[in-house]
Amino acid sequence: MSTTTAPTEAADGEIGRARLRKEDRRLLTGRTRWTDSLTLPGMVHLSLLRSPVAHARLTNIDTGAAKQAPGVVGVWTGADLPEQGQMPTAWTVSEDMLTPPFFPVSVGAVKHVGDIIAVVAATSKEEADDAVELIDVDYEDLPVVTDPVAALADGAPLVHPELGTNVCATWGLDSGALGTGGSAAEAIRAAEADPDQVVIRRTLRQNRITPAYIEPRSIVVDPTAEQVTLWSATQVPHIVRLLMAMTQPVAEHELRVIAPDVGGGFGGKLQFTREEALVLLIAQRLQLPCKYTESRSESMQSSHHARDQVQELTLAARRDGTITALEVKLTADMGAYLGILTAGIPLLGGFMFNGIYKIPAYNFHCTDVFTNKTMTDAYRGAGKPEATFGIERMLDELAVELDLDPVEVRRRNWIKREEFPYATVAGLTYDSADYDQATDRALELFGYDELRAEQQRRQSSGDPVRLGIGVCTFVELSGLAPSRVLGGLNYGSGGWEHASIRMLPTGKVEVVAGTTPHGQGHATAFAQIVSDELGVPFEDITLITGDTGMSHKGMDTYGSRSLVVGGMAIVGAARKVVEKAKPIAAHILEADVADIDYHRGKFSVRGTQSSVTISEIALGTWLAHDLPDGLEPNLDSDNTFDPENFSFASGPHLAAVEVDTQPGQVTLRDYVCVQDVGVLVNPLIVNGQVHGGLAQGIGQALYEDIHYTEDGQLTTGTFADYLVPAAPDVPRFRTDTTVTESTTNTLGVKAVGETGTTAAPPAIVNAVLDALRPLGVRDITMPCTPVNVWTAIQQAAQQGQE
Amino acid sequence: MRPVAFDYIRPDSVEEAWQALADDDDATVLGGGQSLIPVLRFRLAAPTTLVDLGAIEALKQIREDGEDLVIGAMATHHAVAHDPLVRAHASVLAQAAASVADPQIRYRGTVGGALAHADPAGDIAPAALALDATVEITGPDGTRTVPARDFFEDYFTTDLQPGELLSALRVPKHTGWGMHYEKFSPAAQSWAIVAVAAAVRTEDGTVAEARLGMANMGAVPLRAPAAEQALAGRPTHGPATGEAAARAGEDTDPPSDLGGTPEYRRHLAGVLAGRAVQTACGAAGAVEG
Repeated sequence: MSTTTAPTEAADGEIGRARLRKEDRRLLTGRTRWTDSLTLPGMVHLSLLRSPVAHARLTNIDTGAAKQAPGVVGVWTGADLPEQGQMPTAWTVSEDMLTPPFFPVSVGAVKHVGDIIAVVAATSKEEADDAVELIDVDYEDLPVVTDPVAALADGAPLVHPELGTNVCATWGLDSGALGTGGSAAEAIRAAEADPDQVVIRRTLRQNRITPAYIEPRSIVVDPTAEQVTLWSATQVPHIVRLLMAMTQPVAEHELRVIAPDVGGGFGGKLQFTREEALVLLIAQRLQLPCKYTESRSESMQSSHHARDQVQELTLAARRDGTITALEVKLTADMGAYLGILTAGIPLLGGFMFNGIYKIPAYNFHCTDVFTNKTMTDAYRGAGKPEATFGIERMLDELAVELDLDPVEVRRRNWIKREEFPYATVAGLTYDSADYDQATDRALELFGYDELRAEQQRRQSSGDPVRLGIGVCTFVELSGLAPSRVLGGLNYGSGGWEHASIRMLPTGKVEVVAGTTPHGQGHATAFAQIVSDELGVPFEDITLITGDTGMSHKGMDTYGSRSLVVGGMAIVGAARKVVEKAKPIAAHILEADVADIDYHRGKFSVRGTQSSVTISEIALGTWLAHDLPDGLEPNLDSDNTFDPENFSFASGPHLAAVEVDTQPGQVTLRDYVCVQDVGVLVNPLIVNGQVHGGLAQGIGQALYEDIHYTEDGQLTTGTFADYLVPAAPDVPRFRTDTTVTESTTNTLGVKAVGETGTTAAPPAIVNAVLDALRPLGVRDITMPCTPVNVWTAIQQAAQQGQE
Repeated sequence: MRPVAFDYIRPDSVEEAWQALADDDDATVLGGGQSLIPVLRFRLAAPTTLVDLGAIEALKQIREDGEDLVIGAMATHHAVAHDPLVRAHASVLAQAAASVADPQIRYRGTVGGALAHADPAGDIAPAALALDATVEITGPDGTRTVPARDFFEDYFTTDLQPGELLSALRVPKHTGWGMHYEKFSPAAQSWAIVAVAAAVRTEDGTVAEARLGMANMGAVPLRAPAAEQALAGRPTHGPATGEAAARAGEDTDPPSDLGGTPEYRRHLAGVLAGRAVQTACGAAGAVEG
């Protein structure tokens, strides 16, 4: 599905080699360990009764018949579980933030379709499912609000009446107050009075989508040992353990959490879920192993959704295209509850709305709003795709307003190579990039000028199939996160990462990492890094991860942090191993430590031929027969790395779409991106990440839409209604890379996992609009489905006649 | 989700299948299971017995019978799509069968199952309507035939009576006709928003007879009488057929969902009918020489 034109330079070491993923032999041949595959002696199965209505008081729940059903071991409602604790949120974004009651099993009321009402435990899953149907609930319907803007109106139904408002929190950032720029309000007022400036106002909508991982969430809890063990299909075993211990009746030292093979996450499994908590509660009550695996329907209803923002944007610029101010007013839909990062996701975007541009004045204001829908939270990009969509759509609007080429208007505003490191108006410092080089390369690959000529020809001939060209020059904050920065945002944890290296007596290496994979290729990329550090063959390195019993310390996997932060933790651990080995090498070589040189696994005495390998030292250390006096016989090393800054991936994405105006069908004809993700540890994995991200970005732009009726019913509850693109729906991607090394980590790496989902939606929507503007279309609803495209064309035609 | 428990019977003959259906008023027939199993898993239905027709070889045959093709109810979409007789004499049916979902589903899903399930968005029925096919229904009291256009009564509801089996689709050979199936789906493996099957007989460069079958334009698969009448006598080349076919959406009451508003579907039916007829005319012209 891809052609990569990047010259693959012969790599000196392992870093830079396009190695096949070592985990794939196992994963692709089905030799896997999914949570749902676990069966323990005496295990019982849980099924959940979920709310069929969006908002109701539970006036009576009759579990009598269910309790009598065959195989049933127990039935519990929220009232039956007084030990359950409030589900936590890890990010209190502001002092005025309101946190609604949120328990593993709802107590007294339900707030969205899919909300949990009762739990059934039975000896088989089938019996549990059957018994759920026997629970009789009396619902007293309450008024429903599903639109976040409507939820702000006076007299709107309240999702949580006890809070007295649907506003969860407000948060703002102003470059004038921050000292990073001027006042946006003043700059916009000045622009409005200035005939040499334009002021553009647009309201854009980010559609609600769902991460749509393929492996459903699954949980097994075994309470029959010294530590309770919880297996979960999660991205965040360490966070689950901590938050479970902080909120539910189990102590941290009594709980072990294991994420075995996990089949996709994309942020959808960056959550401490009520299902995890309730399986633990029931296992404790029954003192039996318990399993719960969600159905796809439950996943669509209750696993957190994402995006769902209304963006009111104001951009001021001089007529030569130079931007003078940007103002962003967001209304962000939280859904009914707060997950661990729900309230903070829009804030992450607040730091990225300025994009790659030199904007002298910036204001960001966000209102987080409750609605009777499933809660939102992180999804691949988390706040940043929303921001990139906003600014990149506005750059195209500016180009149209000023009759400039969309690439040219960007070029006039973006940060130049020599201006890095660059302190942005949002208060971040970008590490490195060369937007000119990357964009020139992309334009050449794309055949930009030829496509523009074809576009003109088609328009002149009245071809009903229009050609559109879309541009997005994105930047992506990655490597969550410097702990002090998180502290400044009142985020509930640090941003460091931990790793250990175990030198085995046979010279093999175990890498223990705090980040845990669910498709990223950690086992391969980390082995490449360690191989270069320790001079141990790639094949001799294995990865241990995803188990708080074996990998006791970690911040887990999200926010493009595994390589940028986790990789650096591993480098640090490896270097500590080398430092520990040095005095032993000196002892063996009968030389002074100061005279020992080290390169890729070999210790040598400067100026001589005598040397010893790290494998020999590993065996010698294990034997411990002849070590320097007082030296601990141990090369194993731990390292915790806290980044000083983020790294920033970037690059131009160019989309060519054909829009058949009669049925309103968008066909993606070509897609080119030239990304700067810093040093490539494994170009094959980088390309895979780009492809997957692009497919999901294309999904948001053209297919995916979580839709609720006004009374809060989810109409996109299956993959027949919620369309995700499959292989035939995406074009042959043409990708390339430019490399400017990150200056914020010694590997020189930047993020890659979230880049495609961030850049593709604005590139594609810009392309669709580019195709349709000659027909008078000025905006379009995302996703650009046939009916939405056709409707936009019809409305434009009607307005043209009026 | 999991289905409610049921008994499972896999008879070897049609007679045994009748008996199984007679033995349990709440029995349901299992064809390829590509529609029924999801229905059971969502617990939208809870039959107490499934009567699996998969072991009855006679129901899988595709054969000639005089001027007709007889397509056994248990012929899979894959088999129909690749059958030389169907491709030669009823190519639009082969084309429709080849467009169903994805290869895995086409290997299991059956023509009879699709017709009996009667999803108005299904692909087989529009082709059957355009080909003026009849549905063969057998029961203990004998065999009866129903024109495909009368077989569908409402959403997921047909003329099939309790105890009866849909045994075959009987398709008149349309040798020399031009045909085309124009399916419009938002993603490669999704249901059609609208689909149009066209069958056209041409004489001396004009349309002598045209039939259009449409999916997802109402509660049941529909013909398009206004467009069909308007097409008769039009020259096969040029814009005339497209203009006539654009009337395909007239007098329809299509559903409203995320795939499209009724207004959009009526528009789309016209666009697709135009394209289907033009391609069909081209194919017929090629035969006519």
